[in-house]
Amino acid sequence: MAKKNSGPVLHISKRDNLPWYGAWAIRGTAILLALVVCAFVTTALTGENPLGVYKTMFQGAFGSKRKMWILGQNLAILLCVSLAVTPAFKMRFWNVGGEGQILIGGLATAACMILLGDKLPNWLLICVMTVSAMAAGAVWGGIPAICKAKWNTNETLFTLMMNYVATQLVAFFVIVWEVPKGAGKIGIINQSTQAGWLPQIGSYKYLLNILIVAVLVVVMYFYLARSKQGYEIAVVGESERTARYVGIPVGKVIVRTMMLSGAICGLAGLLLVGGTDHTITTTIAGGRGFTAVMVAWLAKFNPFGMVFTSFLLVFLGRGAAEISTIYGLNHSFGDILTGIILFFIIGSEFFISYRLDFLKNNGKEQA
Amino acid sequence: MKKILSLALVLVMVLGLAACGSKTEAPAATTAAPAANDEAAAPETEAAAPVADVKLGFIFLHDENSTYDLNFMNGVKEAVANLGLSEDQYISRTNIPEGQECYDAACELADAGCNIIFADSFGHEDYLIQAAKEFPEVQFCHATGTKAHTEGLSNYHNAFAAIYEGRYLAGVVAGLKLNEMIENGAFTAEEAKMGYVGAFTYAEVQSGYTSFYLGAKSVCPTVTMDVTFTGSWYDETAEKEAANRLIGNGAKLISQHADSMGAPTACETAGVPNVSYNGSTIAACPNTFLVSSRINWAPYYEYVVNCVKNGEAIAADWTGTISSGSVVLTDINEAACAAGTAEKLAEVKADIESGKLHVFDVSTFTVDGKTLDSYMADVDTDPDYTPDTEVVENGYFNESAKRSAPYFNVGIDGINLLDTAF
Repeated sequence: MAKKNSGPVLHISKRDNLPWYGAWAIRGTAILLALVVCAFVTTALTGENPLGVYKTMFQGAFGSKRKMWILGQNLAILLCVSLAVTPAFKMRFWNVGGEGQILIGGLATAACMILLGDKLPNWLLICVMTVSAMAAGAVWGGIPAICKAKWNTNETLFTLMMNYVATQLVAFFVIVWEVPKGAGKIGIINQSTQAGWLPQIGSYKYLLNILIVAVLVVVMYFYLARSKQGYEIAVVGESERTARYVGIPVGKVIVRTMMLSGAICGLAGLLLVGGTDHTITTTIAGGRGFTAVMVAWLAKFNPFGMVFTSFLLVFLGRGAAEISTIYGLNHSFGDILTGIILFFIIGSEFFISYRLDFLKNNGKEQA
Repeated sequence: MKKILSLALVLVMVLGLAACGSKTEAPAATTAAPAANDEAAAPETEAAAPVADVKLGFIFLHDENSTYDLNFMNGVKEAVANLGLSEDQYISRTNIPEGQECYDAACELADAGCNIIFADSFGHEDYLIQAAKEFPEVQFCHATGTKAHTEGLSNYHNAFAAIYEGRYLAGVVAGLKLNEMIENGAFTAEEAKMGYVGAFTYAEVQSGYTSFYLGAKSVCPTVTMDVTFTGSWYDETAEKEAANRLIGNGAKLISQHADSMGAPTACETAGVPNVSYNGSTIAACPNTFLVSSRINWAPYYEYVVNCVKNGEAIAADWTGTISSGSVVLTDINEAACAAGTAEKLAEVKADIESGKLHVFDVSTFTVDGKTLDSYMADVDTDPDYTPDTEVVENGYFNESAKRSAPYFNVGIDGINLLDTAF
């Protein structure tokens, strides 16, 4: 009957300062545990050898030169969106509208390519595309920010709703520009002239995107960590009252930061539409606006950390696709494995922030 | 000061981008391949590979949960079995969107040693063409596309099936059912109206509902039809609502060209007969399912593999027919169909196969009260939808002859479009 009067067996307390190797030891253990659980799930559900499955995941990501380039391209786009939402999140402004901001940037890009493709020289066209994509994204991010600053509207709902508006706008224009009539698809824009296509560096299709995002990582790091505006963002995020007290114009910071956030999402739209896909569809953002939130949080808003977290997510995605191809399994199976691994990694952050003590002597404690 | 600095930085970035941009203008023009010699058998690859040397790659838009993709997957299964290919002679990639991912997937399949690559969705076309230019030794075959005959690449091909023949037969089944209901006094001959749920106002859909209507009209001359569009190839709720709206407007029988179970289940609930597409829905709709037409892709897959095996050129456009086994009807639902349906079907089918009956015979329909003597269709795809080819020949609209994908987009009398937003 010891159970009846057993008190709490666990005591949770905040860790003061875990050394970096301690944190990484916890993360490493979490990944190992995740792999063990995945192994059990794999064997139980499919009867495949889990080691073979893991090997396939690696091959899906790194199996050939082309696969590595694709990995790099996917990483660059996801990272770009993650960098975009970071300033807003650091300000505790829940921008879940990345998806819509990418779409609207992509739509602006596509509009320029279709309407101005044969009217402007290519260098000017690309300038116009860049400016309009970023401006469109900035407007899309700015609208909820202005409403938040002026009337304190709920930014989570507002940015989310803006996603649907953007999706429907894209759907509308797809029908305006569809080829052939009624197909509901635009197809590759300017396939013969390549007007408005971002340049390809040498024979490397995706190198330009990767370089642009690499520069963006560094710029964003310094913006957040070293600039006055970055500091203002941090203060507003910590406490709006403090920010007001020290004379930071909170409304202005909110609007400025969200416009920046939206503009970089617009840039991601430009890279997708002008750089790789050369078309616009309602699904071109592919959920990155939401995945980016996870990338940014996992890396604790450190741009260099986000390189790793976005790598992790892209790696898992590519690996999961390869598993479904090689083993003839449904995509959902790869997603299950990805989910398990992410669960452990996110869960490990708890053990890094808090320590658990198992209380041995229940009776005594209660008395 | 800082603002000026950051502005300058942005400008430098933009201009830098643009500067690189102007360099690539020149090579763009050179990629346009020499046109109009797609018949010239690609000599480089097709050195009589035995079936053992064939490796197939398949790109699917979704997975087996979509009836559209499932229909292709069943075709793959059948073809693989008929050709006696082994497990490692084909690779399937599922959930490939209609964007750069399709190009990447096609290249990865080519890297993996595939020498024939198939893709199943309309929006894959441009990306497959891009890959085809990069891998001239690999054959790329695209279902439902329109550009093979104008691209002039010897290793890029389109395929479709004369599904309008199947729709026509399904229409005959529908017409007989209407006749039976009229005879039973359910409604008068003048009230015989069908409803059709379409996805988009796309030629493939228009060709489909028109042939369905003409099939019904061939046995039930007074029939009319309402058509509505959902703006999506798969939207269960929208399709269900559309079917219910059509039934509310007085439709006595429903058919659809969209991929969900929305319309069939709405019909089963309302007790209205339904002609389905892509496969039988009899399990879910035992009382109202009449018949379904579908494309069987196995004959095309086998044709392509045999071409490569024998070192023959693959047609730029391939159109499967009833005779080639590409256009098939499911078994009719005896419980719901009118008496004598099977016999009538066999008769009409034989007439189509022998060439005695043409689905789009211009003597069987009118456009704005007039006979269609001449029609220029947009066969060569361009952004302005320029009509470019005369398609009324020998007294009938010659569908799927100028290219495999349908191009019939004429509004004929008796069919009433409720909306054309999509």
